[in-house]
Amino acid sequence: MEKKITLPLTEEIAKTLKAGDRVLLTGYIYTSRDAGHKRMCEALARGEDLPIDPMNATIYYVGPTPAKPGAVIGSAGPTTSGRMDAYAPTMMSVGARGMIGKGARLPEVVEAMKKYTGVYFGAIGGAGALLAKCIKSAELIAYEDLGAEALRKLYVEDMPLMVIIDSEGNNLYEKGRAEYLNSKK
Amino acid sequence: MREIKTDLITEVIEKLCIDANCHLPGDVKCAIKNCRACEDGAIAKGILDDIIENYEIADNENVPICQDTGMACVFLEIGQDVHIVGGNLTDAVNEGVRRGYTNGYLRKSVVKDPIRRGNTGDNTPAMIYTEIVPGENIKITVGPKGFGSENMSAIRMFKPSAGLQGIKDFIIETVETAGPNPCPPMVVGVGIGGTFDKAALLAKKALMRPVDSENPDPYYADLEKEMLQKINELGIGPQGFGGKTTAIGLNIETLPTHIAGMPCAININCHVTRHKSEVI
Repeated sequence: MEKKITLPLTEEIAKTLKAGDRVLLTGYIYTSRDAGHKRMCEALARGEDLPIDPMNATIYYVGPTPAKPGAVIGSAGPTTSGRMDAYAPTMMSVGARGMIGKGARLPEVVEAMKKYTGVYFGAIGGAGALLAKCIKSAELIAYEDLGAEALRKLYVEDMPLMVIIDSEGNNLYEKGRAEYLNSKK
Repeated sequence: MREIKTDLITEVIEKLCIDANCHLPGDVKCAIKNCRACEDGAIAKGILDDIIENYEIADNENVPICQDTGMACVFLEIGQDVHIVGGNLTDAVNEGVRRGYTNGYLRKSVVKDPIRRGNTGDNTPAMIYTEIVPGENIKITVGPKGFGSENMSAIRMFKPSAGLQGIKDFIIETVETAGPNPCPPMVVGVGIGGTFDKAALLAKKALMRPVDSENPDPYYADLEKEMLQKINELGIGPQGFGGKTTAIGLNIETLPTHIAGMPCAININCHVTRHKSEVI
């Protein structure tokens, strides 16, 4: 079933999302990868404010290609989320709720998702040209020196995603594979 | 002796970097479409449809198929009767990569030091693999390699007693561990034999072979088919959401090896298995 979700991702909305739901996401999201997460978590450790308001924020793990002249952004598919596992619980502890990426997460991330009502969405890895179509604006916010890894604010419209792990810890990777294998028995 | 100017090498590499990143090879497209026709799950079918739509957009709009436009792996098969003139070959290759990644609006994904990091800003240096072959031409292949899949690759130095079963188990174990991370459906390159480093190179070369090609040795051609089938029985499926299509191809390359060893390397690639070649 397809759910249309408008951001910000409040606790109430997060609770309605279940692993395996197909979601069309609309609203503002932020981009960040390893280097950006490292900087944000270091800033928090020093007691500094973040360049973004983390409350109910959704972070897209992406490093887009440069925009061609006239384009909003280049290709922009998800990167492997596991590299952000070291930082994700800290980000959720200050209010960030949504994560968009691809690939497996560590148990401590799932535990933090249950604690802070987080949601892990999957975008199709390797479909950067297609995903760029739903990005309507892109604005550089911070860490410009990181190039593709800089912190950007994107406005997305009907971004096609799957809920991979919900706030109760249910996991589409486990469920989807088990269902397929059961159907072949 | 034929002279080839470094300027021409630079020019060809610039073009190949852009072409490889924006246009998926026909064999890979065909394999994805065949797998789409065989899937029966709604989620798996939907993912493969989106993957097909994605490479069609990239084709039509000349944009990168994937935002990870990779490290530029450049294979040079240099004819022994070629004399390269006009400058340093390595510089010429890197200049081609620099221009391709800049003029083609490709992502710069290379850091200058593995531990201290720091983006080089132009996607150089390329990973250059040279081979001297008969003839008076240079065959240039550019295979941009994304790291979502590269990170899930593995190498193991087996004792010969591990035998064929050891290799089979290692392939399955590596794909199983990779799971959803390398953006399945994946392509699996297997290198068996040689030395520690040569096995890894064989695995990478295996990824440059068309996905519908067979190892010329029927023993390994059969093993390729068997392992592809076994991988697709794991149920990982497109993007790891469950389904028939975990891999769209598996190629094996081998070399003689030492009496005491049986190295095996597995290089994983995603469904965006890119490579473009030109002979000059």
